Amino acid sequence: MSDIVVRVDGLSKRYRLGARQKDHGTLRDHLMSGIKSLLNRNGYRGGSAEPLGSAGSTVDVNFFWALQDVSFEVKRGQTVGIIGRNGAGKSTLLKLLSRITEPTDGRIELDGRVSALLEVGTGFHSELTGRENVYLNGTILGMKRAEITRKFDEIVAFAEIEQFVDTPVKRYSSGMAMRLGFAVAAHLESEILIVDEVLAVGDAAFQRKCLGKMEGVAKEGRTIFFVSHNMPAVTRLCERGILLEEGKLCRDGRSHEVVNAYLHSELGTMSSREWLDPIKAPRGEVARLRAVRVRTKDGQSAEKFDIRKPVGLEMEYDVLKSGYKLMPSIELWNEEGICLLDVPEQDPTWRGRIRQPGRYRSTAWIPANFLAEGTMFVSVALETLDPLVMQFYERQVVAFSVIDTCEGDSARGDFAGKLRGVVRPLLEWTTVLNPENSRSELFSGDYQTRY
Amino acid sequence: MQSNVQADVGLSLPRKKLIIEKRSGLLDIDWSALWEYRELGYILIWRDVTVRYKQTAIGVAWVILQPLITMLIFTAIFGMLAKVPSDGIWYPVFSLTALLPWTYFSQAVTRAGESVVINAKIVSKIYFPRLWLPLAMVVSPLIDFALSMVLLFGLLLYAGIPLSWKVVTLPAFILLAVLTALGLSLFTSAMNAKYRDVGHAIPFVIQIWMYLSPIVYPVSLVPEQWRWLYGLNPMAGVIEGFRWALLGRTAPDPVVMAESVIVLVFVVISGLVYFRKMERQFADII
Repeated sequence: MSDIVVRVDGLSKRYRLGARQKDHGTLRDHLMSGIKSLLNRNGYRGGSAEPLGSAGSTVDVNFFWALQDVSFEVKRGQTVGIIGRNGAGKSTLLKLLSRITEPTDGRIELDGRVSALLEVGTGFHSELTGRENVYLNGTILGMKRAEITRKFDEIVAFAEIEQFVDTPVKRYSSGMAMRLGFAVAAHLESEILIVDEVLAVGDAAFQRKCLGKMEGVAKEGRTIFFVSHNMPAVTRLCERGILLEEGKLCRDGRSHEVVNAYLHSELGTMSSREWLDPIKAPRGEVARLRAVRVRTKDGQSAEKFDIRKPVGLEMEYDVLKSGYKLMPSIELWNEEGICLLDVPEQDPTWRGRIRQPGRYRSTAWIPANFLAEGTMFVSVALETLDPLVMQFYERQVVAFSVIDTCEGDSARGDFAGKLRGVVRPLLEWTTVLNPENSRSELFSGDYQTRY
Repeated sequence: MQSNVQADVGLSLPRKKLIIEKRSGLLDIDWSALWEYRELGYILIWRDVTVRYKQTAIGVAWVILQPLITMLIFTAIFGMLAKVPSDGIWYPVFSLTALLPWTYFSQAVTRAGESVVINAKIVSKIYFPRLWLPLAMVVSPLIDFALSMVLLFGLLLYAGIPLSWKVVTLPAFILLAVLTALGLSLFTSAMNAKYRDVGHAIPFVIQIWMYLSPIVYPVSLVPEQWRWLYGLNPMAGVIEGFRWALLGRTAPDPVVMAESVIVLVFVVISGLVYFRKMERQFADII
């Protein structure tokens, strides 16, 4: 019997860009483009000008490859972390592995039952009770009725909702519903388990419990694919890592090596990202993101920052329509997945003002001596105000690390050991020697009673 | 069941390998996967039925109330005011025998037509044979239909109309109605994923279709030379069949019946091909 349980060979997936941006065209659009293509056909047909073969309309010829010629093999019992930036093709790979969508080219061979957990509590119906939803969700995930019945008590106990099994889910708190959703999924008995980012939900205690459960699953010799932005979780859970970049497999190896490569990319691209092709840029109706950079005071893009230096977080965007008030904002996340800050732009020049179309650059300065050491991830978003509409939200697009050279003038002083905390500002400390309490008094023996 | 699979691993018996690649055949439906996921079909039907009557005061009584009130209105307007002929059958019985299969049909087409779109969240997150969505929604209203048949048999008893052997042919006409709803829904549910226009058009089309079916009037009212065209509507065959099986007055027109069946076979097969073709991109376009 072969030990290879997953064999991916030359896997590719092409999306039509128009179809993704406009959620769904109306019948009229398609009738019109159909008529146009008919007319074109009658007119001329320029040889092999259009290899992609679709309708001759000029609007829809934008395709992009979400995944291109990806090949790898996975042995039984391996846990594989899939990492990469947003839009690198991680979700597409998961969707192909879990059969949600079909590949454009290439093939996947799977030896064993596959379960995908791309979302917690998929298919929950709020009118149904917890008990009914366990059966519903379990069946949707591919469990048999008998199997659910056998594990029912275990599932409910894991979710910690014993008293509420017969209460409709609409009366649950969101945390309870989430716990129940994960509990069902955690009890799937498939040989190949595909997990996407679900651990990013729930409170810290439940997250730990989920990670523990996943480790248990891995020890049972089942194969796991795990996609996450949570790098410590990837290194802890997975022995192997696969790094995707722009739809291509760019690194495959031991997980901590791949994670390191991702975080400190030798190409120096970690700290800046640009969308040269405006079609691929994240956008809304009013604005489009063009670049995100981390830079120093003298304008250099950098990925390592001395803790004593300010850090500039810069986003460049195009305003496409006039008449809107905008709110660009920046988030900072650390390696443990904690959001350190989430701040909107506060430049008084633009406060309450409508912005004309054009290219804008907003920079936020994180003061010197503010962040703790470690790797920081930057997310950027832009919303229009009145009404509040999200134009784009790019999670963890760039990263940088904060280092302390231990020269004694940073917040850690001369202490070289481990310090906790998500920020480490240089606080104003004052320590004075109180002249009233003289040495002799301290050592006179009655000092304990004085306190 | 799962433990069997694990035992298989232990004994290193050959297991089925799953191969995912681009599929392009016209009718390459994975029937074994459909069968394997049959419990999903049951649970979708169960969910539909349970959820519909949650938080309602009179619950399942709606199943009886709806056709009953419609029958009374039809009797008043078409039977008494407009004096539409009913082949000599008492008008309430005449209209109810048609209303029940029609109510089933319109329910099935409406629910199955939205089945893919309503379940967009599941479709974009989990694999399962998508065919179960319209399939389950075509079967689910049969439960309502079965309950409402109580009303019809009660009315027949009251009117003193005896049942003959012909009543055993009823399941065949029910099957005809199910297949008609299925064939149509294979198109509408898949098309709805791409063009939401379909969702708006369905209720409207159903309303027009009702007047193109012999519900408030008998087929005998349709001029002889147009009968063949009329037979292209399979629901005409279903309703005629119902009246014949239950009331036994006029035998269904053989031309109408044969045409209905032929149209049906064509619609169901082409519907399967279309659904299969569209299914590939559901998760990407929905």
